Amino acid sequence: MPMLEVKGLNVHYGAIHALHGIDIAVEQGQIVTLIGCNGAGKSTTLRTISGLIRPSAGQILFEGKPISGMPAHQIVRLGLAQSPEGRGIFANLTVAENLDMGAFARSDKAQIAKDREHALTLFPRVRERLKQNAGTLSGGEQQMLAMARALMARPRLLLLDEPSLGLAPQIVQTIFKIIREINRDGTTILLVEQNAHMALEVAHHAYVLEVGRIVMADDAKKLAASDEVRKAYLGIG
Amino acid sequence: MTQFLQTLFDGVTVGCLYALIALGYTMVYGILKFINFAHSDVFALGVWMSITIAGWIGIGAAGEPVPPWYMGVLVMLLAMGVCGAVGFTVERIAYRPLRGAPRINVLITAIGVSLFLQNFGQLRWIFGAYPKAFPTLLGDQTLFSLAGVNFRLSDAAVIGTAVALMAALQYLIFRTKMGAAMRAVSFSPRNASLMGINVDLVISFTFVVGTMLAAAAGFLYGVKYGGQAKQTADSMWVMLGLKAFVAAVVGGIGNVRGAVLGGLLIGLIEWFGVAYLGSQYRDAYVFAILILVLLFRPAGVLGKATIEKV
Ligand SMILES: Nc1ncnc2c1ncn2[C@@H]1O[C@H](COP(=O)(O)OP(=O)(O)O)[C@@H](O)[C@H]1O
Ligand SMILES: [Mg+2]
Repeated sequence: MPMLEVKGLNVHYGAIHALHGIDIAVEQGQIVTLIGCNGAGKSTTLRTISGLIRPSAGQILFEGKPISGMPAHQIVRLGLAQSPEGRGIFANLTVAENLDMGAFARSDKAQIAKDREHALTLFPRVRERLKQNAGTLSGGEQQMLAMARALMARPRLLLLDEPSLGLAPQIVQTIFKIIREINRDGTTILLVEQNAHMALEVAHHAYVLEVGRIVMADDAKKLAASDEVRKAYLGIG
Repeated sequence: MTQFLQTLFDGVTVGCLYALIALGYTMVYGILKFINFAHSDVFALGVWMSITIAGWIGIGAAGEPVPPWYMGVLVMLLAMGVCGAVGFTVERIAYRPLRGAPRINVLITAIGVSLFLQNFGQLRWIFGAYPKAFPTLLGDQTLFSLAGVNFRLSDAAVIGTAVALMAALQYLIFRTKMGAAMRAVSFSPRNASLMGINVDLVISFTFVVGTMLAAAAGFLYGVKYGGQAKQTADSMWVMLGLKAFVAAVVGGIGNVRGAVLGGLLIGLIEWFGVAYLGSQYRDAYVFAILILVLLFRPAGVLGKATIEKV
């Protein structure tokens, strides 16, 4: 049984039909990526999984349990956290408070302290800025904080929405290195990216989303080698 | 000198009351981005609940001995509790269904709630429409005199309680997990919910806290101006609430520290205006300051300027 199963998911924004019955499966322990152009529906997919949007049809199963229709704050408690598009940092809180918010739903103080230490080891730049107002961080630092904060929920499944967006190539490299590390530590990841090149490199499995429909799904390496993907998403050939 | 000190002192005392009420306006605005026009009625409700509760307990009636001080505290806490419950209920049934609705709808609803509270309170089996005097819950002895200014027990109680409540609120908002959650929700409810924060719960909590502070202000108002009979739906309540709202705007709406500063500022300006310029323009001083602040610092003294998106 996959850790996350999305079946026939349909989402509407008023009259706009954003997702037309998409199916996604995320196996435990893997990095699965969802690539696609701007406006394809990637963020909509993640928002719906996290409970921010109600689907108009379809099913979402997390570890076998149906979660569609559940409020977002309860879904986090099940072990499914998201680092949203645009980082979603609370700019009016300090960096340390942002991290605390990530663990808001938890009460196991000792384990929270350990996870905090672990997150700060993964993101040393965040540790240097704990006392600072989060709004003063650079884009790369905010991305790191957003991911560290999501890890504070101790998720078994981590959703990442375009972690490379707007960042310098060097920082993108660092971020992807850490994504791999997080996965190696045992966290399953569903990664949404426009940067298909980087995403296909770290992912085990990949889906291609085009205007609300999954048009390809395969092993990430195979997909990266396919002519269609090379032409449309990697700018080769 | 005597007049200056006396005015300073009165201004600070009344400013503390404005600040307590302004905090409720500003907290609700910070989290829901709308002006809760029913907030001044909650303040009035605090006065009337205090009168009623003191009556139930049977203390403070004219001619009776002054009860021990902790009975006053008990009355205040009970009034805060009842008003907190009212605030919770109002949010639950009037405002929550309008989450995501255009702001004008919420505003109109708030005015409706305000009218409801004013008129409901006048029903014979609630508070009735006849004037009632606030019970005497504190002795009116003078604690000490300084340069001819009398420092009275009731003033000390007002300032002391208000400062204690404001300090507790600062602690709650800036030092606790719930406070951080309130600030997170005010920044982005959506991202707060991704943290596992139950946004509706935080909003309810904010309403209850704001309402309880207004109720405390109502009680303290009664302590300061006890003995003068007031009507349930006196326009005076609305004017006091309106000035507290001005205080919140002057300090920077949405800013908790701004509300405290704005309250003190408005109290001082009102009293210095009355003392040195004449009492006939008492309300005009306050609104003149509002106009000046809106002209020169539209985001308020402590507010951050935001670029209005068109
Ligand atoms: N809040 C919204 N209201 C209306 N339409 C939206 C909203 N958010 C996204 N959309 C539309 O839904 C489609 C998918 O958007 P999105 O999921 O953000 O795409 P992606 O993340 O792949 O760039 C787009 O056509 C977009 O315009
Ligand atoms: Mg997106």
